[in-house]
Amino acid sequence: MTGPFRISEGGRIDRATTLQFTFDGQPYTGHPGDTLASALLAAGRHQVATSIKLGRPRGIAAAWAEDPSGLVQIEEPFPEPMLLATTVELSDGLVAHGVPGQGRLADVPDSARYDAVHHHVDVLVVGAGPAGLAAALTAARSGARVALVDEQSEAGGSLLSGSDVLDGAPALEWVASAVAELAGHPEVLHLQRTTAFGSYDDGFVLALERRTDHLGAAAPRHLSRQRVWRFRASSVVVATGAHERPVVFADNDRPGIMLAGAARTFLHRYGVLPGREAVVATTNDSAYDAALDLHRAGVRVQAVVDARPEGSPRRREECEAAGIPVLPMSVVTGTQGVDRVTHALVAPFADGQVGAAAAIACDLLLVSGGWNPAVHLFSQARGRLRYDEALGAFLPGEQLDGLSVAGSAAGVFDLAGCLADGRRAARAAVAARGIPAADDDRLPVAPEPVVPAAPLVLWRVPDTSAAGGSTQFVDLQRDATVADIARAVGAGLRSIEHVKRYTTIGTAHDQGKTSGILTSGITAELLGTPVRDTGTTTFRPPYTPVAFAALAGRDRGRLFDPERVTALHDWHVAAGAVFEDVGQWKRPRHYPRPGEDMAAAVLRECAAVRTGVGILDGSTLGKIDVQGPDAAVLLDRLYTNLMSSLAVGSVRYGVMCGVDGMVIDDGTVLRLAEDRFLVLTTTGGAAKVLDWMEEWGQTEWPDLRVHCTSVTEQWATFPVVGPRSRDVVGAVFPDVDVSAAAFPFMTWRDTTLAGVPVRLARISFSGELAFEVSVNPWYAVAVWERLLDAGRPYGITPYGTETMHVLRAEKGYPIIGQDTDGTVTPHDLGLAWAVSATKADFVGKRSFARAHNAHPLRKQLVGLLPVDRDTLLPEGSQIVEFAADGQLPPPPVPMLGHVTSSYRSAELGRPFALALVKGGRARIGGTVHVPVNGTLVPVEVTGAVLVDPEGARRDG
Amino acid sequence: MAELLRTHPLEAWSTAFADLPGTVAVTAEPFVATVDVRLGTVDAAVSAALGVGLPTAPNTWVPAGSGRAVWLGPDEWLLTSTDETPEELEARVRSAVLPFGGSATDVSAQRIGLRLTGARVRDVLATGCSIDLHPRVFGRGSSAQTTLGQAGVVLLGLSDTGDDVAVLVRSSFAGYLADWLLDAALEFTHDS
Repeated sequence: MTGPFRISEGGRIDRATTLQFTFDGQPYTGHPGDTLASALLAAGRHQVATSIKLGRPRGIAAAWAEDPSGLVQIEEPFPEPMLLATTVELSDGLVAHGVPGQGRLADVPDSARYDAVHHHVDVLVVGAGPAGLAAALTAARSGARVALVDEQSEAGGSLLSGSDVLDGAPALEWVASAVAELAGHPEVLHLQRTTAFGSYDDGFVLALERRTDHLGAAAPRHLSRQRVWRFRASSVVVATGAHERPVVFADNDRPGIMLAGAARTFLHRYGVLPGREAVVATTNDSAYDAALDLHRAGVRVQAVVDARPEGSPRRREECEAAGIPVLPMSVVTGTQGVDRVTHALVAPFADGQVGAAAAIACDLLLVSGGWNPAVHLFSQARGRLRYDEALGAFLPGEQLDGLSVAGSAAGVFDLAGCLADGRRAARAAVAARGIPAADDDRLPVAPEPVVPAAPLVLWRVPDTSAAGGSTQFVDLQRDATVADIARAVGAGLRSIEHVKRYTTIGTAHDQGKTSGILTSGITAELLGTPVRDTGTTTFRPPYTPVAFAALAGRDRGRLFDPERVTALHDWHVAAGAVFEDVGQWKRPRHYPRPGEDMAAAVLRECAAVRTGVGILDGSTLGKIDVQGPDAAVLLDRLYTNLMSSLAVGSVRYGVMCGVDGMVIDDGTVLRLAEDRFLVLTTTGGAAKVLDWMEEWGQTEWPDLRVHCTSVTEQWATFPVVGPRSRDVVGAVFPDVDVSAAAFPFMTWRDTTLAGVPVRLARISFSGELAFEVSVNPWYAVAVWERLLDAGRPYGITPYGTETMHVLRAEKGYPIIGQDTDGTVTPHDLGLAWAVSATKADFVGKRSFARAHNAHPLRKQLVGLLPVDRDTLLPEGSQIVEFAADGQLPPPPVPMLGHVTSSYRSAELGRPFALALVKGGRARIGGTVHVPVNGTLVPVEVTGAVLVDPEGARRDG
Repeated sequence: MAELLRTHPLEAWSTAFADLPGTVAVTAEPFVATVDVRLGTVDAAVSAALGVGLPTAPNTWVPAGSGRAVWLGPDEWLLTSTDETPEELEARVRSAVLPFGGSATDVSAQRIGLRLTGARVRDVLATGCSIDLHPRVFGRGSSAQTTLGQAGVVLLGLSDTGDDVAVLVRSSFAGYLADWLLDAALEFTHDS
């Protein structure tokens, strides 16, 4: 027997197996089937934690996720903060302790797996209580694709917490047969321990399955610990039941005070007596079941305190037969006790007036103020709620397409009614899908329901004491009281949303499952307005907390973001490349030799290219095949310069602007045929430029006969660069005359290598003689190695993106997106030569006519040379100048622009930079200053082209 | 001159694939010649010129000679061939569709194919693909352009029982997708 409060038989626990666990440093035992809460209660322990602001002892106030108070920190098997003791399934070796509102995240990585599954169904049923099971069976029997999810460890819902009878037998026998029948339907997915936490448009529902938590340390490592299910359902049946709500009175937060229905759950499901001496305070008939069940189990029920003027004659008779005193027209006004309730203060209650209180001894005070249908998923899906005056509850107030609510969640509280309502909802869902209903959809017979006596809607017991509601707790987790609501209303707040935010009620882990509607009722009372006008705060996902790890799923570590690699990636790795992320691409940044840092490696690589020959993997460049009779027209309209005049066999540099005339991409264009071009874009711009072409082609110029196709990965491209590149390329491709005369700059030639087509292009991004070698990537490694072999006599040097950047910057070639920021025109970059003056129109042309486009103080791309020949200017540095008196102008010091690219140059023997500077070209030859680490570094403004401004090297 | 050797992007994964159980078998498919076809209207004349009727039902594929014709959009198809070189296929298809205002582009190396077979294939795909792959919906002859994990893919249904699917993925994403598939299959590698 685990604990003095465990009864010897009954419940859903496995008494044959004992689990050891530790709470607050104390050893305890429990059984499979227990929650941490039920195991603690079995040991007689109610207090779990102290409250966040006031430090008041707090216990277990409910039996599941609606508990506002019993928060724990799990330490073993893995640290996890802020879980409810009522929802933690007990596992062997569990170590936990209570937390005052805040837990602690693990300081080691979580090695458990998390994943997600997409699942499509005709009907998704949420909740495996009577209504949900009836709905699932009905839908399954029709042959529909069905999913049934339920957050408990086993199906049954409210049937687990009572002693209901169906077909003359214990209702759980029917539950077992229903579960078995569902398992026999191949198109049914039935998941327990799975909480539907978000409901969205078009039948999209998110659910969290806790797959291995209940196994503790024995959980298999290859299974995900938790799984997010992404359901797409033609119809959703929400059968989520109802939450009992308390009545607020003074000192209603002591351990030992819990919802009446929770006590039934602990008794029937876990075989635990939550106390020895109970007082039951209620406003409705349902709590009498708790009183009677506990009485039968041996609890001394001191009194049922019923606030109603009429009470319930039938219930009263049942209690009197059992010897339970019933105190009609009475309420609990307060409690006594420190770590545990010791007395309930009971007083007469009539016409809203409270009489003198008497203390009744108890170690358990059960409370019921009625039931709130769990309308969360309906409301999340934007379903409007209506207030039911008789129930004092908000119910679904409209029909939603594709989502219906059944059973207690729709305000149906008797068993027969729930079964029928579940079937009704499923029949409608299946019919909407065009699936004929099954011939046999028999459901079990429930006893004829007894109509309960009318409940009383009572949110709080008036507090006539000096405390003025300051110990009447509405949200236990937030330590927020009736006095706090009164203060909010007194401050002039009227909207329930404002009251929520002023008081923080409903913002804790439980999101106001017990406190939300109470707040609406109490606020309405204080304002003197009807509750229906006060309404509720907005229900938002998640219904219960979801760990970020579960949402991240498998998108972590290596799978966090795809790494795109070229066909040569393995070669780069073997060559010791240090990689750089360029978008999702992994590109070699440099290839350090032993002992080299990046600066040394890049200086070596740059020197090799400028004096010998280097080779780069440029395969990531964007490539777009543009075909059709109007291909040239499309390019003429999208590029600032003329492409239609390009000869077949030639290459032209082009600039692309947005409609605002600002540069969005640049690259080269090869004319493959009269009706075919190959457009090369920047690595990062590939997808954007293709989209840009498609957008214009499809929306503005659908008459153009042209098609654009991405061929980025169809070609592996290797620039072979440097004065000796001609020797290398000539050796590998002997069929091609690589002489400057036969193969001029900005032309391309097709050839073959061992029968494999290869394209060579005289394109240079460094100013050096260069040949871009392109081949189907299937052959990339083979061709690359041929080039390396042929280049070995010349010391061919593989170089990375950093060297590529230095070489292009030395030539003043901008990188769109690094040297530009969306406010830069071709003219600002010194590319006016690439802007056609003769074309009738092109995208961006109109903007170039703006007066400001010719403003002399526009920021222009220039070069900067630190005068000390030593300082490497940090990219992003601001540029300032001295006033005429040699002093800095008074702050704020005007900023002239900023450094966009900055490198050490092997060729120049000094650092240099590119920068966007106001009126920069007019400043060439002058000196400006760049603040670096608190010092103003003088720099000379130069033209953007610092190496080979005459272009003498491009032909070798 | 010596022949140029081809290298497959997933060579390094072949052992890991071979270790997978038959319920989630993954094999990298050999290189295949593929062209992207753009064409405004499909009629008998085009079909005659091409030697295959391009499918016009969205999200379908049909056998086409030694290969397949895959619907990608109202005016776009993938056409594959196992008995032509990429250059031969592009030239043949291009000359066939040019008179009809069409275009054809060799995209043989843009994607590589993976073949997924076994009873757990749907479960593996469902961990990273949001579309409905139930055999009632996605049988033989179905195709879809979608995402698997974080990679764009084309899925081709090869059976009516949901246990045979081809996945076409951009070559640069192939390694990511292979790792992703192995990770997804982990759950089923312990099945007895």
